[in-house]
Amino acid sequence: MSKNVQAEPGNDAAWIQEAKAIAAAIRLRGFEHVMEANGGYLSQICSAAEMLAYLYSHGLNLAPPEAPLKPSAFTGTPRAGAGYETGARFNGESAPDRDRFFFSPAHYALPLYVALIETGRMHPDGLSEFNKDGGTVELIGAEHSPGFETTTGSLSQALSQAAGVAIARRMKGEAGLIWVMMSDGEYQEGQTWEAFQAIAFHRLDNMRVIVDVNEQQCDGPMELVMKIEPLAQRLRAFGATVVEIDGHDLVAMDAAKTRAEPGKALVILARTDPARGVPLLNERCPMLHYLRFTSAEEKNRYEAELAAMRERSSC
Amino acid sequence: MLEIVKRPHVENFIEWSRNRPEVLVLSADLTNSCEVGRWRDTYPDRFFSMGMAEQNMMGVAAGLAREGYTPWIHTFAVFIYRRPYDQLAMSIAYPNLPARMVGFLPGIVTPGGVTHQAIEDVAIMRATPNMTILETGDATEVETVLDVAQAVDGPVYIRMLRGEMPRLFPKSEPFQLNKARVLSEGDDILLITSGIVTEEAIRATRAVSLAGVSVRHLHVSTLKPFNDSMVKKALSGVKGGVITMENHTIVGGLGSAVAELMAESACAVPLLRFGLLDTYAHGASRRYLMAEYELDAAALIRGVEAILKRPLNIALDALEEVRTEDMHSLAKAEAL
Repeated sequence: MSKNVQAEPGNDAAWIQEAKAIAAAIRLRGFEHVMEANGGYLSQICSAAEMLAYLYSHGLNLAPPEAPLKPSAFTGTPRAGAGYETGARFNGESAPDRDRFFFSPAHYALPLYVALIETGRMHPDGLSEFNKDGGTVELIGAEHSPGFETTTGSLSQALSQAAGVAIARRMKGEAGLIWVMMSDGEYQEGQTWEAFQAIAFHRLDNMRVIVDVNEQQCDGPMELVMKIEPLAQRLRAFGATVVEIDGHDLVAMDAAKTRAEPGKALVILARTDPARGVPLLNERCPMLHYLRFTSAEEKNRYEAELAAMRERSSC
Repeated sequence: MLEIVKRPHVENFIEWSRNRPEVLVLSADLTNSCEVGRWRDTYPDRFFSMGMAEQNMMGVAAGLAREGYTPWIHTFAVFIYRRPYDQLAMSIAYPNLPARMVGFLPGIVTPGGVTHQAIEDVAIMRATPNMTILETGDATEVETVLDVAQAVDGPVYIRMLRGEMPRLFPKSEPFQLNKARVLSEGDDILLITSGIVTEEAIRATRAVSLAGVSVRHLHVSTLKPFNDSMVKKALSGVKGGVITMENHTIVGGLGSAVAELMAESACAVPLLRFGLLDTYAHGASRRYLMAEYELDAAALIRGVEAILKRPLNIALDALEEVRTEDMHSLAKAEAL
């Protein structure tokens, strides 16, 4: 059985410093963008900043970026006889020993794009195309969007597809792992459990799943919409190895990664604070899913919060 | 004398897969029912049991397809397009992945009732971008649809037959993508059929031609794309009217596809569509249901009379003997 992993004190390796800085930069750039756009998925930036910073700077074994890529214009949906530029190119050239990253909560597109910028994979100008007509940097990404390999806006579909890739990579003898980032709301979908049932049955121990457990969903707190707890016990009963961590603790995240067991997928339940870094968001509880300003006065207070964040980052 | 073939898919699919290591089979607890039990035993490393969990099965198929494999999903048709439609559309069809979905029990071939009868599958799959839809009507098509499906750059849905079936078309004339078969020539009536009703229609066309009506009978086995020049040409040459007959609801299937083509080409003759008239069916024998829902030779003769506005005075006992399947045939894994 897995125990909860906690950070060891005094560990400040270079990668941790870097990942911390990236997480702070994700929050700042993401917050700035939300203010410019007059609203957006801010709480997802707050909850997932460390997770994305960790994955892209240390956790994932991806080919390093040669230069920051610029997003393509939209040239059509996938179809026979036509070329198609996948958003997976932002995750580096695929190779047998490299990991693959499947991003399930497509409404976390903004945090993902910002993470790609802060880790040198996407050109900063790419963010100016966010949610713009004719572009690929979509509000809820599809597989042409930067960082996306699959189209997962209909939630819980990435895990099954990743399981198919995991079977294929095992058949081909590829050493690379298959990582899936999920949101906790997806554990209300039956498909998620169908997938874990099959992952255990087919012993797909090349799979790693990290979940942003922020306990929030569109209608409000998950415990009032549809409870999924006890999530760790449920997942263990479905045959996964489960490690629960503080989702803002980079050291714990890295330690959790080493806890995989033969024959089982590893699930890291990263328990997060959906207002981390922007405590003002707490006043909106329990409606944190999407930030939409109700008055100029409210927006001004967020501008002040952003200014304070800028202040902290510059010192 | 009509040749009756038992379970042609079983050995044919095993043989066909032998030198195609990219071909995998995914099954959702209907392995013997979909005639791939021996395939599983022959190629255990390429067979993946997914249990009764079709949503996940679609996603796994998509993942395998992305990695260069061609997953051949074998299950009942209803469990391909009804329960996991969102997964089919978003995980497989949108990315145009080469998954092959082999759907058994099309239309009213099964006494399994409404839950097992795929009566609106063609309509739903036609409305799904990137999808190719193939329908088998005899043993030759069951045997040769594999090559056609495997050559498609994108997802393919196959209405598949199992158990006992006739060989209507010679082995030397394999399934061809988007190419109808001409079963009789004439210009009074254009009759277009697909799947199992073609066998029934052949019985009617013989009787009708003996009564002096000339029928051009086309058997269509590619339902999407639906732009076969042979069908377009036949539409432009018909004098009396067009009749379609399909083992499916008349909404969205073969009859609708023909209607669209007729409208687009300003083909100004009447169209009579036979099929389920916007209704679900129920559990009963195939022969009983084909008569109840007007999917038989007698219904077709009535249709020809309606278009020509005159009785043909065909004695129904003059039709060739009806072939009735044994519900408990050894050629089926269960009584469904």
